[in-house]
Amino acid sequence: MSLAAVDTKRKLPDLDRVPRVDEVGVNERVARFQSRSIKKESKMAALRMVLSMIDLTTLEGQDTPGKVRQLCQKAMHLHDSVPGLPHVAAVCVYPTMVGVARKALEGRGIHIASVATAFPSGQAPLSVKLEDTRMAVEQGADEIDMVISRGAFLAGDYGFVFDEIAAIKEACGDAHLKVILETGELGTLDRVRRASVLAMHAGADFIKTSTGKIQPAATMQVTLVMLQAIRDYFYDTGRMVGMKPAGGISSAKLAIHYLVMLRETLGNAWLTPEWFRFGASSLANDVLMQIVKQQTGVYQSADYFSKD
Amino acid sequence: MATPENKLAFEGGWEYSPAPESTDHIKVAKKYELFIGGDFVKPQSGKYFDTINPATEERLSRVALANGADVDKAVKAARKAYNGAWSRMKPADRGKYIYRIARIIQERAREFAAIESLDGGKPIREARDVDVPLAAAHFFYYAGWADKLEYAFPGRRVRSMGVAGQIIPWNFPLLMAAWKLAPALACGNTVVLKPAETTPLTALKLAEVIADAGLPEGVVNIVTGAGDTGAAIVSHPGVDKIAFTGSTDVGRIIQKALAGSNKKYTLELGGKAANIIFADAAIDQAVEGIVNGIFFNQGHVCCAGSRLLVQEAVAEQVIQKLKDRMETLIVGDPLDKNTDIGAINSKAQLEKIESYLDIGKQEGGEIHQSSCPVPARGYWCRPTIFTGVSQSNRVVQEEIFGPVLAIQTFRTFDEALAKANNTPYGLSGGVWTDKGAKIFKMTQSVRAGVVWANTFNKFDPTSPFGGYKESGVGREGGLHGLDAYLVLEA
Repeated sequence: MSLAAVDTKRKLPDLDRVPRVDEVGVNERVARFQSRSIKKESKMAALRMVLSMIDLTTLEGQDTPGKVRQLCQKAMHLHDSVPGLPHVAAVCVYPTMVGVARKALEGRGIHIASVATAFPSGQAPLSVKLEDTRMAVEQGADEIDMVISRGAFLAGDYGFVFDEIAAIKEACGDAHLKVILETGELGTLDRVRRASVLAMHAGADFIKTSTGKIQPAATMQVTLVMLQAIRDYFYDTGRMVGMKPAGGISSAKLAIHYLVMLRETLGNAWLTPEWFRFGASSLANDVLMQIVKQQTGVYQSADYFSKD
Repeated sequence: MATPENKLAFEGGWEYSPAPESTDHIKVAKKYELFIGGDFVKPQSGKYFDTINPATEERLSRVALANGADVDKAVKAARKAYNGAWSRMKPADRGKYIYRIARIIQERAREFAAIESLDGGKPIREARDVDVPLAAAHFFYYAGWADKLEYAFPGRRVRSMGVAGQIIPWNFPLLMAAWKLAPALACGNTVVLKPAETTPLTALKLAEVIADAGLPEGVVNIVTGAGDTGAAIVSHPGVDKIAFTGSTDVGRIIQKALAGSNKKYTLELGGKAANIIFADAAIDQAVEGIVNGIFFNQGHVCCAGSRLLVQEAVAEQVIQKLKDRMETLIVGDPLDKNTDIGAINSKAQLEKIESYLDIGKQEGGEIHQSSCPVPARGYWCRPTIFTGVSQSNRVVQEEIFGPVLAIQTFRTFDEALAKANNTPYGLSGGVWTDKGAKIFKMTQSVRAGVVWANTFNKFDPTSPFGGYKESGVGREGGLHGLDAYLVLEA
């Protein structure tokens, strides 16, 4: 597909009009979210919500079909000794593993997300990225996690980044597109905000912080800036865009702080797996441990929770 | 801009369960006496008054009412202590006592925070994170000055004033006691302090701390009562200096009473601060600044950012975001750790605020309040904004001292500045812009004691605080705060 075929309704907005971000103020706001005290029923509800929003992830060079099948088993059976737990939202794998995941998860209501577009660096020609995307979709991925070209973005070539996202969106067809900004490489919150606006206008269904391969990955600060960008975009267009912080969220407590931030920034409509995801590999077990603690009053050893 | 279809929804859904701070660890006596000459003594008036919890309207305790004779006794005790140990003590030893007060406040921080919240209605989060730590910080800061006063004013000889009469308000009871006591003691004065009649408990708890810290008897005397008690302190001939924080009306009465006397005074009075938001500001952080500026401590803040001036190009956007942010503010039980806005301090104050809501509406202002539920009992006011008002509206001109914000728009820098200064007050101000040069230009031109840039309501013991015009006389805090409690000689 050529760029000329891209939906012409999408237009690169004037990024100079994007509100500035004051880092000190962002830190203060985040501290306020962290000072919310979430106890009892509200904590239990939050823990269950967190589980249902997880994109259970394995993205390693050493991934094999065996590893991915085990991960899928975990996705379906988080901790069967506690009945009635939700399953995770999706598993997230490389394109080559999508077929394996699809077979393992057939009919279970768990989405299959695949990274694409020369993840994690994004350093490949558009044709390769498009092929990568199409292949993942053909194999059965219903969610595509693409990376933006950070080099081009930092060089100020916003048009290139915009067109690339728009082209990938077309290639996704019905699959949802999550656009990874790799905020750890963008350097400032102002650039995070601009990249968020650019991605949404280019057609992103979700915006996502990180690949997990670069430090820092997701932080509450960048996530707040992205949520505020989502809110402004919603004010302007009425279109909801989802949010996915990924990487570095491994404790239930931190995940609950994210939900507080989500609730107080975007409101209730976003508090579902349809609009919010955690990209995480080890978060689920800490959440499960907390759920068992809430029910029994004692912490169990980590060995009582399956690791896949 | 938003249409009804793209409106955010904050009500219902996932709610936070109640998370009340425990009150098991605090002790509030059924009755409190006056703290005079190092002892808790019965009032000669024989009378006591109730202090109530404004969130429940229930009585917390009964507190002694000091009359003229009680004040006289307190002033005499302070004079005796001044002439005795305190003014002759080695300055470093004076410092040691003040450090001790600071440390005991830190050790008893949870207790102070809970009582402050119970007696005054402020959210436990603020009492815990702002009032109590800042009170301790003030004692720590001024303790350090006690033996360095001669370095504070190079080339001048300094000596203490004598007996200071201090009258403090109900909005930050413990913190204001700290603002008053710490510099007075560090400079070698003795004190008669009167807390506000609606919030006397933490000052009386502080009396316990002062006794525990072993200060010589009579150095600090705490007398409780209302306006008459304050008037007795102001007019007492044995007092060398009056420090008052409260309303401009009472400040005027005090200034009149002091005219012709030899008493020094500092007055910390009302305010109607302009919080100025330029189109190039970090808008989302500025909205937080508006919230902190006007809804902090239910708006019972003399330096509250109660007038919002927002540049026309972003006004609609700012107001929309502010309205959504207001929906997320939790109003209710002050002891709940998630409460953002607690109870209005007293019935009288609530009536005053409500009268201004009526005035604002009658004058044609457009009122908007958040939709949050409020408890059936107690004194509550939802966060409120007025739009469509101008410099000619009373809600823009007069201090409401509640969670009520008056919003005006402006077009140019000069217009914003003119509006900011077009007030009888001059206590504080705020400016929000991404442009450094504009910050400097505005902060140098706004006639107010404190002007915050890209933040609001930030306090530090090292920073002076005080007003222009009807906002007061003198400075508290920092080096300037020492000046108010010393006689400087050539």
